[in-house]
Amino acid sequence: MIRFEDVSITYPGATNPVLHGVDLHVPEGELCLVVGRTGSGKTTLLRAVNGLVPHFTGGELTGRVTVAGRDTRTHPPRELADVVGVVGQDPRSQFVTDTVEEELAYGMESLGMPGDVMRRRVEEVLDLLGLAELRDRPLEQLSGGQRQRVAIGSVLTPDPRVLVLDEPTSALDPPAAEEILAALQRLVHDLGVTVLLSEHRLERVVQYADRVIYVPGTGGVVTGRPEVVLASTPVAPPVIELGRVASWSPLPMSVRDARRLAPLLRERLADRLPARTNGMRRAGADVVAVVDGASVQLGSLFALRDVDLAFHPGEIVAVMGRNGAGKSTLLRSLVGLHPLVTGSIEVSGSDPRGLSPKGLTRRVGLVPQEPADLLYAQTVGLECAAADADAEVDAGTCAALLARIAPELTPDLDPRDLSEGQRLGLVLAIVITADPPLLLLDEPTRGLDYRAKERLAEVLRLFAAQGTAVVMATHDVELVAEVASRTVVLADGEVVVDGPTAEVVVGSPIFAPQVAKVLAPQRWLTVSEVADALEVLP
Amino acid sequence: MVSAADLRGLPRALHPGAWWAWALGLATIATRSHNPLVLGLVLAVAGYVVTVRRSDAPWARSFSVFLKLGLVVLTIRFVAQVVFGNPVGGTVLFTLPEVSLPNWAAGVRLGGAVTLQSVAAAFYEGLRLATLLACIGAANALANPRRLLSSLPAALYEVGLAVVVALSFAPSLVASVHRIRSARRLRGRPDRGVRSLLSVAMPVIEDALERSLALAGAMDSRGYGRRAEVPTGTRRLTAALTLLGLLGIAFGVYGVLDAGADVAVAVSALVVGVLAAVAGIALGGRRAVRTRYRPDPWALPEIVTAASGAAAATLAITSAALDPVAMMPPTDPLMIPTLPLLATAGVILALLPAWATPPPPTMLRARPGAQSKRMPVTGEPESQTVEVSA
Repeated sequence: MIRFEDVSITYPGATNPVLHGVDLHVPEGELCLVVGRTGSGKTTLLRAVNGLVPHFTGGELTGRVTVAGRDTRTHPPRELADVVGVVGQDPRSQFVTDTVEEELAYGMESLGMPGDVMRRRVEEVLDLLGLAELRDRPLEQLSGGQRQRVAIGSVLTPDPRVLVLDEPTSALDPPAAEEILAALQRLVHDLGVTVLLSEHRLERVVQYADRVIYVPGTGGVVTGRPEVVLASTPVAPPVIELGRVASWSPLPMSVRDARRLAPLLRERLADRLPARTNGMRRAGADVVAVVDGASVQLGSLFALRDVDLAFHPGEIVAVMGRNGAGKSTLLRSLVGLHPLVTGSIEVSGSDPRGLSPKGLTRRVGLVPQEPADLLYAQTVGLECAAADADAEVDAGTCAALLARIAPELTPDLDPRDLSEGQRLGLVLAIVITADPPLLLLDEPTRGLDYRAKERLAEVLRLFAAQGTAVVMATHDVELVAEVASRTVVLADGEVVVDGPTAEVVVGSPIFAPQVAKVLAPQRWLTVSEVADALEVLP
Repeated sequence: MVSAADLRGLPRALHPGAWWAWALGLATIATRSHNPLVLGLVLAVAGYVVTVRRSDAPWARSFSVFLKLGLVVLTIRFVAQVVFGNPVGGTVLFTLPEVSLPNWAAGVRLGGAVTLQSVAAAFYEGLRLATLLACIGAANALANPRRLLSSLPAALYEVGLAVVVALSFAPSLVASVHRIRSARRLRGRPDRGVRSLLSVAMPVIEDALERSLALAGAMDSRGYGRRAEVPTGTRRLTAALTLLGLLGIAFGVYGVLDAGADVAVAVSALVVGVLAAVAGIALGGRRAVRTRYRPDPWALPEIVTAASGAAAATLAITSAALDPVAMMPPTDPLMIPTLPLLATAGVILALLPAWATPPPPTMLRARPGAQSKRMPVTGEPESQTVEVSA
């Protein structure tokens, strides 16, 4: 269905090709997973499928890419629109119209499909993706998960034979992600659609994949069955890493596979206890921030309702909950971006809304969902210098922090050319330059690969050890298991659970990490805990 | 026995073109008359039809905005007349203290006598402008402006789409200004004042450009800009017709407006130009492969609505020709205005859409949470609520 023959792609101005000599064949009706580190060329590979590379981005493509027999050299993306549906990283950037139903119909209108067919397809896709109740909704009123479903629906309606998705679930909470993946699987199994998707959170998708394309970033690709390719790649979901630690063969791809292999391991672990390394609340420590009966109203919606929370130095708190539960609103209220309807918020003893910007950054730092918003200088070096000046600290403070967080970033790089993970590292360095006792992160792992996530976890642990209170809103259960000492679950703006991570996540069908699901009822959360207990190297 | 529902159909949105035709018809009356009775009648008719036929969509609330704008215009006109106006006629109502201006400002008067005649003239003119605004407001409230754009003929589709995309970009641009300003605060920089606003301009423009590029890529991948194969001859004919049409219209409009030109020649040039342009657009549409999803039908209610607007306009124009005094009651000497029969009949005809059109669809499900809250109130059985959520 999709065929790459000796394909090399070089972007204008680049000396080395992103992809080099790639030979690839994805047969019809397969769900094919593209894995690799950020910046390795996954997106380039995906965008080459419908000719956006190089027709739209420029650059040079040698070799041949064919989809359903059509050569992308002679067919620009619009001539492939009826066979390939493409969903980009940010669903908002692909919306053309303003309501759900019109957006679903747009692609079909461009292709000139007859009215009765359009009508039928729209209804089918509305049901397929559970959008029926949202059909008249303006797109800007949708939550992130709903938006992603609409974006997928909008390319599904013309009934393409190939679906290309670039990290479709990265913005979604676990249940919404499951829903999307279940829908994709249904498309593959019932309708024979060929799906090519990239994803960093392999634990969500690897069990559905028929084939894995590993893009190591050196130009070539490795293709094969998931258990074969993932046995040796540096990117692997926890369940596979657990399999490696426990020397299982073949490697399990899903929690179900692993649980079948796990009784023996559970026996070995029965008399041991996990050594929790996560930052813990120190006895007698003061409070960094207090949220006291706070409610926030956004439009007609109460995004926070009577929330009571306190954050202490040295703890890492995960704020979880479905999309729209009020996680971001909580973080934004802590930096005074939302007026409170009731209650009060105090950060280091002052109301964040009453603080001057400089006073604010010394008390609390927020890394927003789009870290790039905080960047505006031309180079990394200038960005760091500006951060030093803003925080009124010694020149070089920010650069020194950056060297610890992301040593590969040289001062002459343009922030816009960085990968998501590098950009997050830069923004993190800028935010902590003012040394705030409270650090907030909104969805920090969006777009991060396992390596970048590990590094983030290390950095966060380091801050916590120095006495910073870290609060992060996230959907990433594996990161939560890895670093968070305390987990707060929000629903409809109210605090549902607030307790130690191990207690909150182990019993939960949604928030439990894979290791916990495999080894329940024992309370192991991460592979490294298990590896330590077994005294093997992960 | 034919019921009203049979004639006007089930609840649905009327074709936006029909509402605009109707509203422009009403507006024509206001251009032909400053008789306050006629204008008041027009306002009442527009207001009534808007009240019974607007949906609960966001744009439907715009009518009151236009009414308020009209009131402001009326007030400004009135105050300007009282303060600066030259007194016409002899019935002095009251006299304001007159400010004597220096010689170079001769001809400008400030204060002085205010006459009934000049106040009446100002009132007539102000009311006329307010009525025009109300007619436009009625069209805005009744018809989704975006749907009107997307009902453009296929050849003009791309122009319409550009406007639609620009319209949806505006709110997101505002959102990105907010986002970037709050990000400035997070970096410890002032987020108020002119300088901070200026310094967010670059990132916002960058953001907008990046988004446009992403959108262009996405639209291309979704088939935007596909072209059907059209013979070269047809393409050339399209270009020739469009050019001829533009020239004809330009020449014709100039001729009609220029008093010295031969009216017959000008009108025929205009007619030929319009015909050629229409043919060009129709032919140009052949290159577009696009179809419309759920196009608004043009059925009996649309015909009735547009025709009632046209009839109102025609009757007003006829009335103005036959009975200019009634349509334009003189203010000096001031006469008690009377209702011109023909124009009044026209305005009342324009009330027809209030009954002859299908009611607008209720947008219950368009509002988050509205469904579950309203269900028990409207007496829907509980089981249905369960079905909806299941």
